[in-house]
Formats: sequence, structure tokens, C-alpha cells
Amino acid sequence: MSNISKPAGSRSVGKTVGSFLANNSVPIMFILICAVCIPLSGFSLDYLLNEIITRLGRNAFLILSLLIPIMAGMGLNFGMTLGAMAGEIALIFVSDWQIWGIPGVILAMIVSVPFSVLLGLFCGKIMNMAKGREMITSYIISFFINGVYQLIVLYMMGSVIPIAHSSIKLPRGYGIRNTVGLLNMRQCIDNLLAIRVGGVKIPALTLLIIVLMCLLIIWFRRTKLGQDMRAVGQDMQVARDAGIKVERTRIISIIISTVLAGFGMILYLQNIGNLSTYSAHSQVGMFCIAALLVGGASVDRASIGNVFLGVILFHLMFIVAPQAGAKITGDSMIGEYFRVFVSYGVITIALIMYEMKKRRQKANIGEQLALAQKEEVQHEQ
Amino acid sequence: MKEKLKDFIASFGLPRLIISGFLLALFILSPIVGADLPMQISNVINRFSWNAVLVLAMVPMVHSGCGLNFGLPLGIVAGLLGGTLSLEFGFTGPMSFLMAVIIATPFAMLFGGGYGWLLNRIKGGEMMIATYVGFSSVSFMCMMWLLLPYHKADMVWGLSGKGLRTTISLEGYYDKALSNFLQINIGKISIPVGALLLFAVLAFAMWAFLHTKTGTAMTAVGSNPTFAKAAGIQVDKIRMLSVMMSTWLGAVGILVYEQGFGFIQLYNAPFYMALPAVSAILIGGATVNKASIMNVILGTFLFQGIVTMTPTVMNNMIHMDMSEVIRMIASNGMILYALTRKTEVRR
Repeated sequence: MSNISKPAGSRSVGKTVGSFLANNSVPIMFILICAVCIPLSGFSLDYLLNEIITRLGRNAFLILSLLIPIMAGMGLNFGMTLGAMAGEIALIFVSDWQIWGIPGVILAMIVSVPFSVLLGLFCGKIMNMAKGREMITSYIISFFINGVYQLIVLYMMGSVIPIAHSSIKLPRGYGIRNTVGLLNMRQCIDNLLAIRVGGVKIPALTLLIIVLMCLLIIWFRRTKLGQDMRAVGQDMQVARDAGIKVERTRIISIIISTVLAGFGMILYLQNIGNLSTYSAHSQVGMFCIAALLVGGASVDRASIGNVFLGVILFHLMFIVAPQAGAKITGDSMIGEYFRVFVSYGVITIALIMYEMKKRRQKANIGEQLALAQKEEVQHEQ
Repeated sequence: MKEKLKDFIASFGLPRLIISGFLLALFILSPIVGADLPMQISNVINRFSWNAVLVLAMVPMVHSGCGLNFGLPLGIVAGLLGGTLSLEFGFTGPMSFLMAVIIATPFAMLFGGGYGWLLNRIKGGEMMIATYVGFSSVSFMCMMWLLLPYHKADMVWGLSGKGLRTTISLEGYYDKALSNFLQINIGKISIPVGALLLFAVLAFAMWAFLHTKTGTAMTAVGSNPTFAKAAGIQVDKIRMLSVMMSTWLGAVGILVYEQGFGFIQLYNAPFYMALPAVSAILIGGATVNKASIMNVILGTFLFQGIVTMTPTVMNNMIHMDMSEVIRMIASNGMILYALTRKTEVRR
């Protein structure tokens, strides 16, 4: 017996290794890219560590906001841009009121909530009307609201909505300038309680906030609402039969995501230190989603681990690619284009894998149904 | 009477009604606020001739049930390759336009074939993946424009002598190659008959194709794939054909656009070129799974009318150019409206 079971055992090990590789192909590919690019780029370890930790603090919260809609089966929330815009509007108001430092950041977060809730409600309602194509819909919503955002910020602020300080207004008297300086707010949360280890600065408070957020998400998954969301994500019809208000649950998940994205954007901008009024939010959704997918998440399954692995790998690639590209081809633009290409490519591949899996599952269910019917016929005979 | 009005609004669609009303208001307002109306009409007709083929590219994929072709940039990339290669090979004048179309064709077939193969594997999720296939191809080509061995002096960066420029002037090549062909001038209104004629030919060919056996099969695949399969139609093959047609029309469409505009725009320019075409055909009355040539003509006219008229009229009226914002809200609002209609066949 033993000599038979042995090869079977090694085969199963081979199988698990194979499935591990298949399930984590994207992170592994990124580890390989980084492994090639890091020596080529010639950056020191200290520099890289510093950059990674800065970017972890800057982006992790934003990416965490994507988890809850995925749990509710609504796919990658391209509408997180809406939350980012709410955060930006709040920051514009707060910097007009000249409230700086940590109180300013906290006030901005509070001010962003009503905007985020309203936008999230809108987004959720529309997505309920377009079930089955939530992602493309949320993607177009982000463009649509971007138009509304520009209408408000470029034309109504200063003319309809009172803006007191001319320093953030365009010279013509209304509309907000292309960049709003947040110098007095810059890294105020990052620097409080910051720890220096060697040459590496660790923004302890920011990381603490992120950890708290993670715990909150873990707790949320266990609440009644969290369980409902999972049920809705598994199968809407079954959830509805079980008495869960499907539409309401979906809207709530989008609202939570939007509010968190707003907070995330404020944390992000306090680290950057200035607000590009009309472009800061335009790429944020794409980069966050790409980072999450690089961490090994898929359209219907994402964990907190994916968030952190994703931030580290994606941004490592982001830092080293231009330099490495310049070394290889002699043109620094190649690396810039390469990292944009990789971001889009990762999202494309993840979407394709998800759709193919969905189709396979559907085919399996169909086959099982056919098999069951066949058996039934045989029974009758 | 009230019922009839309601029915009309329901069938025509409220957003479409608002957009048509808005354009009508612009036309009426423009002489009042002192804008040059004949000039405006001339602009609208010209822009119609630039964009109509790109909008026409939506039709085959909508017919075969692949949804709106958000992956249009893939076809555009094929067109750009055709255009730049035609210049690189030294063709000039209207000949370079013809050669650009000929060179772009194999690329469009190749890209469209691969793209169609992919879309056959992910039925039901076409639109989102199409969007990202478009983005990936554009960002991939960003690298290629730098790396491919182009050498023609007026296309590459002057200093390094390699890597294509972001915009390439078409003067002396196929700038206005079609527009100047048989151009008619009535007072201030100039009509680019050549470009309109090409669109008419392509649109007629499309209409004729949709009435052939293959074309009818395509419509059948789009409206009911299960039925089509039962009727012995090779669904995947028909879908692939529709994607290839869409991609090729995208390639020709961008070349027609360039000949009117006078420049080739490379690198990031094609990223969002699908959205205006998508919203134009929707404004024209198409839905996610139904589109006709009439929708293309009406939609392009309405969309380009608004894009052209708003800046001038707005500027003359309130000295404030809100056209960009209005365009964004109107066009994306239109796409959203179409996506939320429950018209798609359940698969």
C-alpha cells in the first residue's frame, strides 16, 4: 500500500504547488518584475524602504475602501472616485476656513461624510438599476460625477458657494485654482508619533489608523449587516428569499465604500501636501484597483492581506520601473509608460479571469442539471 | 392626447428629448447672441464628417450582442499604425490616405481577430473588459511609439532622431484629403462632400450587409443567442466577424478624423476616444443591443452639434465657457441612462 500512496502523495503536493502558483500568478509575476528591476534601478535599500512605507501610509486606507463592495458581490468599485471627490471638496472648504493641522484633517473628514453619503446613495441606486454590469456602470458614474464636480468647483465655488479667501480662487473671481496648497496640513498625521529606525521614517499614527480600519472591517464582516452582504454577494435570489433586503444592503455597501474612500483621499492628500483640484481623483480609482489586484485579489474575493501585499508590490514596481526602463532602453519615458501599461494590463487580466471563471461555474451548474435530469429519466424507466 | 405624449416621451427617451431641445435652443439662440450661424452650421457639418465613421464602428458589435464597443481604441491604434506607416513609407497627398487605409486593414483584422476571440470567451462581461482591452492596447502602444524604428524626419523628435512625436502635422500628406475632394461652398457654408461621401458609402455598405444572410444572422445572434444557435448559426464566428468589422471601422474612422483635423495624435490621445462615439450613438437612439444607421447619423449630428455650438453660444451669452463640463455631463449621463435600461437579453 505504502509504495502506491507515495507517488499519489507527491502528486498531490505537486498539485497543491501548481494550484498555489495558479492562484497567485499575479503577485508572483510582480515579485519577478521587481526582482529584475530593483538591481537595475540602483536604488539603495534605505530609500526603497522609506518610499514603500510612505506609500503604504498614503494608499492603504484608500484601497481598504474597495473591500466591502467586493464582499457584497458588486465587483471592483470604480465609483470610489466619488468618495475621493467628496474628500477633495471637504478639503477645499476646510482650507478656505483656514483650519489647519490635525483639527483641519478631522474636520475635513467630518465635512466629507454628507457628500460621500449622498454620492454613495446615488451610485448605489444607479448600480441597482444596472445589475450584472455594475463595474462598467460605476466606471461611467465616476466620469459623470467628475463633470458635476467640475461644474461645482470650477463655476459655482466663489459665485454661488461662498469662498472667502482669494488665494485659492482663480484670478477671475470664481472657481478654484488648479492647485490648493495644503502646506499647513502637510503630513501632520504622519509626523505625529513618527518613529525613525535608521534612515527610515515610520508614520506610526497613520499606520495605527490603517490597522484600526482593518480591525473594523474584520469586525464588520461578523455583524448581521456584514453577513447579509456576504449572502447578497453569494446569490442575490437566495438572499432575497431569506428575507434580506438586497437593494438596501447593496446601497449601504456602496455608501460605506464611498465614505471610506473620502477619508482615504484626505489621508492621501495630507501626505502629498497639495491638492491638484482637477486631476487628483482622476487616476486614483485605477491605481487603487490595480494595487489590490496585484496583491492577489480577484473581482469576487479580496482580503486585507491582498491590500498590503498589493500596495507593497505595486508601488515597488512603480518606484523602480522608470529607472530600470531608462537603464535598459536609455529612455526614461519607457518606464513611465511601462508602469501605466502594467496597471491597465493587471486589471484587464483580472477581469478576464473573473468572467471566465463565472462562465465555467455556469457551465458546471448546467452540466449538473443535465446529469440530474438524465438520472431522473433513468429512474422512471 | 396626454397619453400619446407620454408614449412618445417613453419611446424617444427623456434624455434624448432634453439633448435635442438643448441643441434646438442653441441654434435659435446663436443668431440672437451674435454668433455667426452659417459658420456654426459649417462647423457642425465638418465635425460630423470627421466623426461619423467612428460612430458607425459601434453598429456591428451592438448588432451581434457584444454591447457598446468601449474597446474602440484598439481599432484606433490599428488606424494610427496605418497612418504613421503610410507616412514612413513616403507616400504623400491623398495617396497617403488610401495607403493608410490599406496598411491599417491587416492590423485591424489581426487585432480584431484576437479581440473577438477574447470576447467570445467572456460573454456577458464584454463592455468592462472591452474598456480595459482598449486602455491596455493604448498604453502598450505608448511604449511602441517610442521604440519602433520610425525614421522620417517630420515625424520623430528632432533632437534624438527617434521616437514619434505626440502630434504629427499632416500638411502635405492626407490633411483634408477627403474634405477638399468635391468640396462645395455656399456662402460661408462649406460642405466636405468627399468625407460625407465616404461615410455614405460605408453606411450604405453596412446597411446592405445587415440585410444579407450573414447580416441577418448577426442580428439574430444579438437578439437571441440561444435561438440563433438552435437555428444552426455559428454564434462565435458571427461575433468574431462583428468585432473585426468594428475594429476595422474604428481604424478607418480615426484616419477620416485625422484628415479633417489635420494632425495625427499619438500616445495618450486615443485613451478616451471611445466615450464620445459611444454616447453619440446612444443619443441617436441606439440601446445596448439595438442600433441602426439612422441612429448613427442622428446621434453624430446631435452630439457634434452640441460640442461645436455650446462653446461659441455660451461665450457670447455669458462670457463663460462651460462647454467642456456640459459635454462631460451630457455624454456620460447618456451612457449611464442606456446602461440602466433593462434591454439586454439575459444570457
